[in-house]
Amino acid sequence: MSTISTTQVISDSALDKPRTGTWDGGNEPFNASYGKLMMWFFLLSDAFTFAAFLTTYGLIRHRYAAYDPAVNGAFHFSTKWWPIPDKVFNAFPGLHGSDVPLGFVALMTMILIFSSVTMVLAVEAGHRMDKKDVQKWLLWTILFGATFLSSQAWEWSHFIHGTEEGTVMNDGTVFHGANLAMNQYGPVLFADLFFFITGFHGTHVFSGVCLLVYCFIATTNGTFEKRGHYEMVEKIGLYWHFVDLVWVFVFTFFYLV
Amino acid sequence: MAANLPTHAQVQGGIGTTEPGISHDEHLHHDEHHDQNFLQKYVFSTDHKVIAKQFLITGILWAIIGGTLSSLFRLQLGWPEATLEWLQPFLGKWIEGGKLNPEFYLALVTMHGTIMVFFVLTAGLSGTFSNFLIPLQIGARDMASGFMNMLSYWFFFLSSVVMFTSLFIETGPAAAGWTIYPPLSALPQAISGSGMGQTLWLVSMALFIVSQLLGGVNYITTVINLRTQGMSMSKLPLTIWAFFLTAVLGLLSFPVLFSAALLLIFDRSFGTSFFLSDIYIAGKALSNTGGSPILFQHLFWFLGHPEVYIVIMPAMGMVSEILATNARKPIFGYRAMIGSLLGISLLSFIVWAHHMFVTGMNPFLGSVFMFLTLIIAVPSAVKTFNWLATLWRGNIRLTTAMLFSIGFVSLFIAGGLTGIVLGNAALDIQMHNTYFVVAHFHLVMGSSAFFGLWAGVYHWFPKMFGRMMDEKLGYIHFWLTFIGVYLVFLPMHYVGIAGFPRRYYAWTGFDTFSQFADLNKFISVAAIVAFIGQFIFIFNFFYSIFRGRRATENPWNSTTLEWTTPVVLGHGNWPGEIPAVHRWPYDYSKPGAAEDFIPQNVPYSQTQSSNLPYEKEME
Repeated sequence: MSTISTTQVISDSALDKPRTGTWDGGNEPFNASYGKLMMWFFLLSDAFTFAAFLTTYGLIRHRYAAYDPAVNGAFHFSTKWWPIPDKVFNAFPGLHGSDVPLGFVALMTMILIFSSVTMVLAVEAGHRMDKKDVQKWLLWTILFGATFLSSQAWEWSHFIHGTEEGTVMNDGTVFHGANLAMNQYGPVLFADLFFFITGFHGTHVFSGVCLLVYCFIATTNGTFEKRGHYEMVEKIGLYWHFVDLVWVFVFTFFYLV
Repeated sequence: MAANLPTHAQVQGGIGTTEPGISHDEHLHHDEHHDQNFLQKYVFSTDHKVIAKQFLITGILWAIIGGTLSSLFRLQLGWPEATLEWLQPFLGKWIEGGKLNPEFYLALVTMHGTIMVFFVLTAGLSGTFSNFLIPLQIGARDMASGFMNMLSYWFFFLSSVVMFTSLFIETGPAAAGWTIYPPLSALPQAISGSGMGQTLWLVSMALFIVSQLLGGVNYITTVINLRTQGMSMSKLPLTIWAFFLTAVLGLLSFPVLFSAALLLIFDRSFGTSFFLSDIYIAGKALSNTGGSPILFQHLFWFLGHPEVYIVIMPAMGMVSEILATNARKPIFGYRAMIGSLLGISLLSFIVWAHHMFVTGMNPFLGSVFMFLTLIIAVPSAVKTFNWLATLWRGNIRLTTAMLFSIGFVSLFIAGGLTGIVLGNAALDIQMHNTYFVVAHFHLVMGSSAFFGLWAGVYHWFPKMFGRMMDEKLGYIHFWLTFIGVYLVFLPMHYVGIAGFPRRYYAWTGFDTFSQFADLNKFISVAAIVAFIGQFIFIFNFFYSIFRGRRATENPWNSTTLEWTTPVVLGHGNWPGEIPAVHRWPYDYSKPGAAEDFIPQNVPYSQTQSSNLPYEKEME
């Protein structure tokens, strides 16, 4: 920042001038406003919350034996071993009975990643002060976000209702699907963690969609235009990308490995 | 001098061109034309100074409650056979047949810990002084976001209300310790405090974490973005470095407590089994299976350990500042002080499992954590020796704040030494469940942080309220507290080494421990006397707000920017321009200088006689 070097300081020597380097005060060393910095720090903090959940997942998962075909025979659900996600999440809406391992969740992931692309375009349109484009890309992002949430609802509902065969539980009864205390797919903690972690992430997406709707309304009303910048869209954009990034980790740890 | 500074218009013009144009000094001249009603000015204020006072006064109220609770359980421990019938009007059904209800004893200990650690020494200490000093010492009109700062206080207030309410509910407040280990904290059947009391505890802490987060991002951002012209990171007073790193620790550790709390809430209320497995209660097996209570301890102490540094680092920063000011000497090893703060901050995140040596962890893992833990002695010793070296051959002024700062150093050494003992896994396993641990952390983190808090209040009171606190009452307060603290905690080390167990409600049934009845009585008397002594401080504090001797602008002849403000501060801190900064904050007793201090905003051109060779070179 060249603010001070261009100002006329009445002085006999350099001994009167304060220093003016990037970190010498009087400016924003990261070239970012306080609002953007705050968003970054909040996201850093939030990352630790998610990290704690994923650590919990890893720790609990490794308290259970993995399924071993040599010992356990052909794969079937049992409370004794951690299920293989391919076998749990293999349904696809409209394709009843067919085995599409991770097909639906892959689609959901694609949708969320696309929403990040449209978010970038909205932020970029904001830099150009192009109100129409900001509206357009925000609307696409909201649409993708809402689609992701609906897909998650379908996946949860399928997970809760379970398969037709169900699984014979320890007490000899057959149980279909899962809740927080019972689980046909494996140890009950598999279901607990599924609901908890994807639910916590879903809550973040939901908050993101609400914030985007706010941005859309404010853009439409010309609030940001009057303000002279679309920084709010940029800040919400940071949050949105973060939530997407978290999903990539959830997807990797919960579904892939 | 003001003529040498860039004018308001020039600053605005220069910075206003960068988008989105948040000028460093956009609030200039705001203070003159604020037309605020009482509610805006004193209740829902966005002024960092008012928010700081709100935190301080709420903190004092909490400290009185926390201290009262400790007096109650010290009564029980000192006189286990005595009747407490006379407390019946106050405690109601928690006194049964003249005896304290054992479960209520656990609740008292739990709430004492929770209140002191979080509500007094986290919110009351760093909430007060980070808010008050960051903008004043870095040369800013206010925090980056005054509104979020206000929210931070009100979330804390809400959290306080919930926690306070939990003291009065029928099943009693949380009783599973301030560390709320499951399964005890997860099962209402286990102890009555794990019912509604624990729920309110968790709700209150969730609100508290939100408050910390709002405050923390504000402190960090303010220090990065709002330093005045010339205030580089290497010219920051050590207070600011301490508050800055404290906020970073809070930002990264509290979210993990939030995770743990959320998982625990699910275990308690929605039937999950994250922390529960294979539990029989009253002969009945619970259906929960597969969870791990040790997991909770890992998550908890990932916060819990940085938390003790969140408590102590602001005190360290303020003590450094007060020692230098009152020894009339530059702080010894300024950069080493910053380096050691950084070292402590980093290490604080990788030593948490030393709280868990007795969980049956792998001895190899234990030795790794032991190794890392003992390394903390290095930056701690750097700080201690620097404080002592700052005092050495200083021109010492024994103000009340100075006494408390010296007391802080004393307590930090005394408590720190036993930390080296407890950091060793083999020794900790012997001592862990004894009063030795209680004595250790009450000295090194509890009392020390309190001494830092008092030092800060006595030192910055003139800037907060425009009046001085009474020195004589201050001396009495200091000596009573200083002697009291040692009389309480030194014998506690001794009974601890002898194996006297902590958390026991009554120990009279054991011959081994009964012989310590006299020492326990002694500790209790000392603790209660020291607690009552605090009312001298409370009187002094509130009396001086209204009737204290009027302060001057810079009563301690200090160098930092807050002392360049007028005695009565408006919202905006400086009536004119914000001063620019030319020098580091510790130009005390500089050879050749006219006075024994040169404020940070004095340019080198005005101090030709004292400029050092490298400072002359800048001409």
